[in-house]
Amino acid sequence: MRTMTWPQRIGWAAIIVAVLVWSLFPVFSILMTSFKTPSGLFSGTLLPEEWTFDNYAEILAPGGGAQDLFLPALRNSVGISLIATFIAVVLATLCAYAIARLDFRGKRIILVTALAVSVFPIVSIVTPLFNLWRVIGLYDTWLGLIIPYLSLTLPIAIWTLAAFFRQIPWELEQAAQVDGATPFEAFRKTVVPLAAPGVFTTAIIAFFIAWNDFVYGISLTSTSAARPVPAALSFFTGASQFEQPTGAISAAAIIVTIPIVVVVVIFQRRIVSGLTQGAVKG
Amino acid sequence: MASITLKNIVKTYDDGFTAVKGIDLDIADGEFVILVGPSGCGKSTLLRMIVGLEDITSGEMLIDGDLVNDKAPKDRDLAMVFQNYALYPHLTVYENIAFPMRLKSSDVPDDEIDERVRRASSLLELDEHLQRKPANLSGGQRQRVAMGRAIVRNARAFLFDEPLSNLDAKLRGQMRTEIARLQRSLATTTVYVTHDQTEAMTLGDRVAVLRRGELQQVASPRGLYEQPVNLFVAGFIGSPPMNFLHGTVEGDTLKLPMFDVPLDDRLRRAVGDRQLVIVGVRPDAFEDADTSDRPLEGGVRAEVDIEMTEWLGEVLYAYVPFEVEQSVHEKLSELDRDLDGEGLRTELVVALDSLSRIRAGDPANLWFSPDSLHVFDPETGENLTRDDERAAALEEDAREQRQRALARAREREERRSASAGAASSGSIPAA
Repeated sequence: MRTMTWPQRIGWAAIIVAVLVWSLFPVFSILMTSFKTPSGLFSGTLLPEEWTFDNYAEILAPGGGAQDLFLPALRNSVGISLIATFIAVVLATLCAYAIARLDFRGKRIILVTALAVSVFPIVSIVTPLFNLWRVIGLYDTWLGLIIPYLSLTLPIAIWTLAAFFRQIPWELEQAAQVDGATPFEAFRKTVVPLAAPGVFTTAIIAFFIAWNDFVYGISLTSTSAARPVPAALSFFTGASQFEQPTGAISAAAIIVTIPIVVVVVIFQRRIVSGLTQGAVKG
Repeated sequence: MASITLKNIVKTYDDGFTAVKGIDLDIADGEFVILVGPSGCGKSTLLRMIVGLEDITSGEMLIDGDLVNDKAPKDRDLAMVFQNYALYPHLTVYENIAFPMRLKSSDVPDDEIDERVRRASSLLELDEHLQRKPANLSGGQRQRVAMGRAIVRNARAFLFDEPLSNLDAKLRGQMRTEIARLQRSLATTTVYVTHDQTEAMTLGDRVAVLRRGELQQVASPRGLYEQPVNLFVAGFIGSPPMNFLHGTVEGDTLKLPMFDVPLDDRLRRAVGDRQLVIVGVRPDAFEDADTSDRPLEGGVRAEVDIEMTEWLGEVLYAYVPFEVEQSVHEKLSELDRDLDGEGLRTELVVALDSLSRIRAGDPANLWFSPDSLHVFDPETGENLTRDDERAAALEEDAREQRQRALARAREREERRSASAGAASSGSIPAA
């Protein structure tokens, strides 16, 4: 990389600081709020005057006021999001591979339909879905959320993976087949390792979508049997009707952010690595 | 080691386009055959049908006498080098070369994999790159890795799909001799696709010239050059290409633009009762009559105006513009299109001795022998002066030379392995 002049460096540093503040300040504010006492919530200061872990105790510790609301919701969120992500990635990988490699009738229709589905506003589907789910018994079940989540995650997964597969030279698979590999072996030994970064990226995006959903979560569940965290947060109440649950909500928000941060930190190398370089003449 | 036989092979794509129109070709065991032709002639399609990456619409493909039409690529046991090399970017050079042996079907023990990879890498001088990734290699090194991957398998035949077209000119020349040497020493049946006629002429035992999915001629490089069957082969083989002039018969002379050629027996037989023919002359058939030290007896002389010259050190190219008669213009511009030409002006290209003092704008006294003329039918493009006996003799000659070269290579290989065995080192010294 070429070296920058001092004014350029200062300019870049200023921009980076501005972006960091813009994106991280709300998170920091919530983090600080989660450490405030109920009376400290309205002090108007950014940092708590009196530090407390009561909010975390309330949602996590046994006997905490919101514990029976939060912990099942966390379990639901993790389970439902992981299953929805897994199914979406497996289906999308097969579908995108076919779209990228094969020439079949209706290929465009699949892509356009996938796009159309993701364009459709969730709010307009959720009411009919609510009625349908109640009739067929999917209401307030994990499966009842996984299916709508697939409709959110599949289109974007198919599109990103198809774009990714198209970058992998066809010749690699053909070379593997000429080298003596079965079609599946060729796929597993050449395409899968090269597509891994794309698959991980797609999985993370799909997981975020499922993890962050609120509308389906609140509309298609009624008990802690399937209610995910974003929906559960809206059911938090204060210790008395004169207290706001802000502290507990903040603590819960921080806790549900942690898995996302962990996932991104672990996989960021895989996400950014450009493995296909050098496959063809560079 | 295998022979490959193509019987009336046809390839029609789903959109109705027929890329290969019934090709018959016999490739003997150990032979080096080149498929050559301008872009879009179906040569790559044909190669991909041999290896099994492209379905065969009709016809029969036999490898060692076995019908392989419906066999998957992995069951044909052929090795292929792709135009863009198709190296596996996530694997090191070592693993790239070992890849075919790591597959379930190959069943090679680990220590033999290692030995074979090392042997291939020393043969291709890749030893110090074995642990690098393809992305960090130069074009020539990638090309050698691709060849390494092909040779470790002891496949029945090698297939090359324009393997040198992504290299720069110097490297291309080096790799060309490298491939020739490798093929001689391994004596493996090889099919090589190229549009570069230098590669075709230098590498092949036999060259198959294709045009629009049809086989034009299969012959040794010399056979193609000296005895082309038609206008297309004559125009395609040779660089700079053969000059095509229109010739009209007037009594005992064949009138060309600039030249009058007396009709001798050979030419008269060729021309028959035609009034108009297309005459082909190779650029190197001409001599500068003023400076040539060869005795220029007989032959045809004419004074022409040189428009342009190109001095290349070992040869001097002189260009003489002329007008083509309307009646053959059509045929010649069609030929030009077939040869990927740009349909520019018609000019005579003359290759002269580089000592010649002729420069642009000078008049020149050119000489050529009527024996060097090729006469073509203006309608069918058929070569009317082709001497079948001479062509057969050339083929016989090429076959003999090939056999001698193979025997020599085998002898050398035996000597080498004997001495290597004595030194008890498994490595093969670079040839």
